[in-house]
Amino acid sequence: MKRRQFLGLLGAAGITATLGTTAQASSKSFDGYPEAKGVLFDATRCIGCRKCEAGCNKVNKLPAPAKPFEDLTVLNKVRRTDEKSYTVVNKYQGKNGPVFRKAQCNHCMEPACASVCFVQAFKKNPDGSVTYDASVCVGCRYCMVACPFNVPAYEYDDPLTPRVMKCTMCHDQIQKGELSAPGCVGACPKEALTYGKREDLIEIARERILKNPGRYQKHIYGEKEMGGTNWLYISGEHFADIGLREDLGNKSVPEISAGPLSVVPMVAALWPALLGGVWAINKRKEKVAAEEQKAAVKAAKAATKAEADAKLAKAMDSAERDKAQAIEREVKRALEEAEAARKEAEEAAKDGADKDGEGA
Amino acid sequence: MSSENKSLMTPANIITGIILAIGVVIAVLRFTKGLGAITNLDQNNPWGIWIGFDLLCGVALAAGGYTTSSACYIFGLKKYHSAVRPAILTAFLGYALVVFALHFDVGRPYRLVYPVFLQPGTTSLLYEVGLCVFLYVTVLAVEFSPAMFEWLGMKTVRNKIHKLTLALTVFGVVLSTLHQSSLGALYIAVPSKVHPLWYSPYLAVLFFVSSIPAGLSMVIFEGMLAHKPWHHMMDKTHLDEHDGVILGFARGASISLAAYFCVKLVAMAYDNNWAYLATGWGAWWLVEVLGFIALPSLMYAMGSREKNIKLIKWAAVLTVFGIILNRFNVSIVAFNWQLPAGERYFPSIMEIMFSIFVVTVGVTVYRFIVSRMPIFFEHPDYKDAH
Repeated sequence: MKRRQFLGLLGAAGITATLGTTAQASSKSFDGYPEAKGVLFDATRCIGCRKCEAGCNKVNKLPAPAKPFEDLTVLNKVRRTDEKSYTVVNKYQGKNGPVFRKAQCNHCMEPACASVCFVQAFKKNPDGSVTYDASVCVGCRYCMVACPFNVPAYEYDDPLTPRVMKCTMCHDQIQKGELSAPGCVGACPKEALTYGKREDLIEIARERILKNPGRYQKHIYGEKEMGGTNWLYISGEHFADIGLREDLGNKSVPEISAGPLSVVPMVAALWPALLGGVWAINKRKEKVAAEEQKAAVKAAKAATKAEADAKLAKAMDSAERDKAQAIEREVKRALEEAEAARKEAEEAAKDGADKDGEGA
Repeated sequence: MSSENKSLMTPANIITGIILAIGVVIAVLRFTKGLGAITNLDQNNPWGIWIGFDLLCGVALAAGGYTTSSACYIFGLKKYHSAVRPAILTAFLGYALVVFALHFDVGRPYRLVYPVFLQPGTTSLLYEVGLCVFLYVTVLAVEFSPAMFEWLGMKTVRNKIHKLTLALTVFGVVLSTLHQSSLGALYIAVPSKVHPLWYSPYLAVLFFVSSIPAGLSMVIFEGMLAHKPWHHMMDKTHLDEHDGVILGFARGASISLAAYFCVKLVAMAYDNNWAYLATGWGAWWLVEVLGFIALPSLMYAMGSREKNIKLIKWAAVLTVFGIILNRFNVSIVAFNWQLPAGERYFPSIMEIMFSIFVVTVGVTVYRFIVSRMPIFFEHPDYKDAH
């Protein structure tokens, strides 16, 4: 990879990282729609008559239950919301006799279901309700996994068009003007349910807690839990004793998942650069290794050649010397031979002269 | 091929046939009676083994594709080249089966493209998983296609695609990093439902890191299973490199398992979950971490040091089971741990049969492909073309 290309990728990664953090920060500062409504449930007022269940069933045109709503024996078993009932009332053992608590969607200010849905089938409306659009739902059921209150229910027996079913705070009926308050609220004979602006409901709840010392726990459940919910609860019993978990914490699901989500663009931006870099380094290593090998071979070749040349020269040299020596030797020998021959001839001549002398 | 001349009524084929038939029956029931009729899923337990096994384990165990191809093409370990094609094939089949199985689990499979094309829920980690799996299945199909084109004799297309190898490999690693980790991150949204020993803000890191030894071990495991029946299909290079691949991958698996072990410990310590170790949950956690992470890591290390292929193969088996155990623990065993025993989920026989059916479909397609296409051998026309 070229250096410029690498730097470009790094730059792009930096921009993506910055954008990622901005998005995260903006989602953190969401405090809910100002006009959002909600419902306050007062467990000290609820008598477990199940009229809210009947009211909900009627306005939402849900199928008739197996046992009529007047049958209070169903309260002997703790139930949860299901695909045929958006709300249920459960009976718990309190300090002074039975206590009742209504369960339904809590309409989180930052809903888990909406944040985890991969087709945006859930919507947090300005009126505070969380609604579901079956026309895009794929039926993956991640909303049910994610809901900390175990609210959304699924039509398991529908093979081809199952829907996720849950309380809508009667959003459609109220928008159309058919109702002025959710069906359950209108049906309650004891004013255990109060419909109104969430801000006002918190004030009402505080006032009740303050004005009736000892009657209530000093806590409004839903004010902060999971980032705050539009359905609020006050109770004389510990909330854990009426089926509301006290260990959920105050962070909303979008806040919890912001970390892993923010890593996504970083991986997408940085990995190609890193991997491309590793690849380029390896490629370069291979190339350098190949070049070094080539150079080494060349050097070795040259060295061998030089050595051979030197050897040859040396051989030539010594051969020449040998030759010269041989010639010299030959010349010397020839000279010596000539000298010997001359001496011999001289001797012979001398001998001849002597003989001549003797004879004369 | 000699095997084709023999009768099709071999015991393996008969069992395969029975499983496939049962699978078809369950599939028909799913689309006529609904999930309620065949699964033990309920309102509190919306995800069962079709997610815990088919999706989570399927994706983790198909990680051999990106680990092997990146080792060979990016990290320059050319001696693993003969392992790339089998690994890509297994990964491709693994992902194809994940997508196939999802069609039965989701309520409206005909809308599975909605999140990608119609209305993306970008705040969802499941959207990220869906998008990455969708893209990666495509990448794997392209990465695998040269084998098919060689088999079909379509040289031009094959050579064109072959040029994309590096780009595809890099893209594959990016996508794998993202969705392997995001599968773990799915559960980051539910701190209140997963037992603290398995819940961690590091779930994404844990799932990604563990996918590396999972992929490497699957390559060893698969090589182990394929070696005998397809020995005749393997060329000299493949057979010569086989032990080298096992030893090299064992070293990689040992190190990555050790890293995974460390991340597991850090995640546990970061949330200060030491007290839970003294409970029954803690014992189960220790079984997973010591028996299925630390132990195979050591076995791999010893095996590669002493060139003990047998030990390495056992380590691979242990690692594969360890990954399955971990995914089951996060998605099923430790999920909804606070609910009373009567409200907990246990898969129905039909759910289990269907998961077996999905694996069988994979094995059958695998058998079909490796008996015909150049997977274990290099096509004579493309020798040294890599």
